[in-house]
Amino acid sequence: MTDTVPSFRSLSCPVPVAGGPTVTLAHGGGGRMSKALVDRVFLPAFRNDALAVLHDGAILPAPRGRLAFTTDSYVVRPIFFPGGDIGSLAVHGTVNDLAMCGARPLALSVGFLLEEGFPLADLDRVVRSMRDAARAAGVPIVTGDTKVVDRGKGDGVYVNTTGIGEVPDGVDISPLRARLGDRILVSGSIALHGIAILSVREGLAFSTTIESDSAALHGLVADVLAAGGTGVHVLRDPTRGGVSSATNEIAESAGVGMVLDERAIPIREEVRGACEILGLDPLYVANEGKAIAIVAPEVADAVLAAMRAHPLGREAAVIGEVTAGPAGRVTMRSRVGGTRIVDMMSGEQLPRIC
Amino acid sequence: MKHVDEYRDEGAATRLLEAIRRRVTRPWTIMEICGGQTHTLIQAGIDRLLPEAITLVHGPGCPVCVTPVEMIDRAVTLARRPGIVMTSFGDMLRVPGTLGDLFSAKAAGGDVRMVYSPLDALALARRMPDREVVFFAVGFETTAPANAMAVWRAKQEGVRNFTILCSHVLVPPAMEAILSDPDVRVQAFLAAGHVCTVMGYHEYEPIAASHRIPIVVTGFEPVDLLQGIGMAVDALEDGRHGVLNQYRRVVTRAGNVPAQRLLMEVFEVRDRPWRGIGTIPRSGYGLTPAFAGFDAERRFDVTSVHAEESPDCIAGEVLRGRKKPHECAAFGTACTPEHPLGAPMVSAEGACAAYHRYGRRAAEAAT
Repeated sequence: MTDTVPSFRSLSCPVPVAGGPTVTLAHGGGGRMSKALVDRVFLPAFRNDALAVLHDGAILPAPRGRLAFTTDSYVVRPIFFPGGDIGSLAVHGTVNDLAMCGARPLALSVGFLLEEGFPLADLDRVVRSMRDAARAAGVPIVTGDTKVVDRGKGDGVYVNTTGIGEVPDGVDISPLRARLGDRILVSGSIALHGIAILSVREGLAFSTTIESDSAALHGLVADVLAAGGTGVHVLRDPTRGGVSSATNEIAESAGVGMVLDERAIPIREEVRGACEILGLDPLYVANEGKAIAIVAPEVADAVLAAMRAHPLGREAAVIGEVTAGPAGRVTMRSRVGGTRIVDMMSGEQLPRIC
Repeated sequence: MKHVDEYRDEGAATRLLEAIRRRVTRPWTIMEICGGQTHTLIQAGIDRLLPEAITLVHGPGCPVCVTPVEMIDRAVTLARRPGIVMTSFGDMLRVPGTLGDLFSAKAAGGDVRMVYSPLDALALARRMPDREVVFFAVGFETTAPANAMAVWRAKQEGVRNFTILCSHVLVPPAMEAILSDPDVRVQAFLAAGHVCTVMGYHEYEPIAASHRIPIVVTGFEPVDLLQGIGMAVDALEDGRHGVLNQYRRVVTRAGNVPAQRLLMEVFEVRDRPWRGIGTIPRSGYGLTPAFAGFDAERRFDVTSVHAEESPDCIAGEVLRGRKKPHECAAFGTACTPEHPLGAPMVSAEGACAAYHRYGRRAAEAAT
């Protein structure tokens, strides 16, 4: 009898799961429907040796040195946006968190929280996008989990990814290592992700060509580390809260000050325009494919050249310098020559009234 | 970026600053009316680049800041009622009343939505005919035409489930109130360019004449502001008064006449309470009898909601230009952007928020 059951695992493009076009509570119930979802949606997309065993966890070879270990949850709305979606973002975000530790990413896990009624076609699209992002990054998704919550108790889909990576010998990246005189670099033009998301939010949809910068940065980081060696002191991806939060956090951790030069910060014209119209400060807008590097002055040129030689770092620039303090204070020299403090954001940036 | 970069040019800014330095012979106090101007001044660091003789005081031109606390309580009360969708501009959501802010009403289960235009709120009402959509209509003459248009269209289209909670205020009566304050120390005004885009500047001419002061209609970019300050200083040094227009690329004396006609049709001038200042005669808008059916206060009977200010907040002193934000005992301690006591700490245009965000702290201000 079993011989007549077709093996869906051999399909690369998943077929609709029995039971209708949307996620039901049964998909998370641990029974037949759950298995069908795994067999027909997740396994074909994420196929790899560790995952195929369908054990309670993945068993992987251990690297010799130090491990980096990180987790992040993704709740972005809308789930599909110009330049990416919640799936690719969940891969890039966690790969980048590992990369910012100076680690070479080894493997990811994925957890899906699905709301009853979520279209399976959308789930399929998210999963295939994760597959493509993981393949492009060369990082396998080796274990996963799915839960379904009652309609009204979730918001379609939430994704969690956890990652482990190997930190090569000699690499010592830490926010505590920012030192007086270090140069502050950013790997490209800022605020693309946040503005791309806003451009498709309900009630705001404006016409723009701005796409999210969502990308896996471990390749760029490897080039930065090769060029700068131990002179690379701090790496940080300026996601939520943007460049202002990232620099403030580092300045506070290291007990140093920072001075940024407004004119040196790369911002595309269309992003500046959108920020002007919306009353947002691009320094506070999220990025998902940019790295801030704080490096010793003697390697700054080499690191900048390495960034610019990488496809994701062509617009890289030196945007400031680490100063003696006051500790934790980031200031910026404005376009007209004044100075101001760049503070952490309070709550969310709210579009202003007029 | 065209139309922006030329007004943020360091060379132009430096030349204007030099001219101001050469011209100033004694101390002058100038008030910029608009909160948007306050933010540019502080963000670009212009207040620190100007000669010491020039003192800038920050005016009441932040619509969020001057909305009375009881209007916020009425909005929060409405937002908590089942069947009501409360819509508002973003920075109004975090302004605390005595019953909390609109964000907390949302967290407690109220349907509160941020919109970018009152017309979006009207569209929401069309889409949700079984719900009552209320738009929190705050702001100066700048936002009034769009809000008037939403009400006007709702009437044309027969949309019955749309109302506005109206808290509109007007600039000239506030300037009169500041100038008639016996403690007033303002010697010249930078008038708010965008308000004048709508209303023109002829209504400032009697104020300039009767108080014998210069009023300079000014834009919002660093170079605009430096030019506006320079024109004010020139007039002060020469002993001239009258209305001058720095923002000529946008503002005309007559303003936007079709917008003014719409305002006259939908709104009538009324006495309005201002947060921290008190009631100013004929200083705001209410709906005319023809549009009274779109008044949320009438439809939902929230006029019984009354509230008093926090006694620790000196927003009124700040909004009248008597005190700087960091001269408040609560500034940066009991009152922060995370836990604001008063509206000027909330809005992107609030003077206290500008001081806090761009680091004009008490200790630093002393240096």
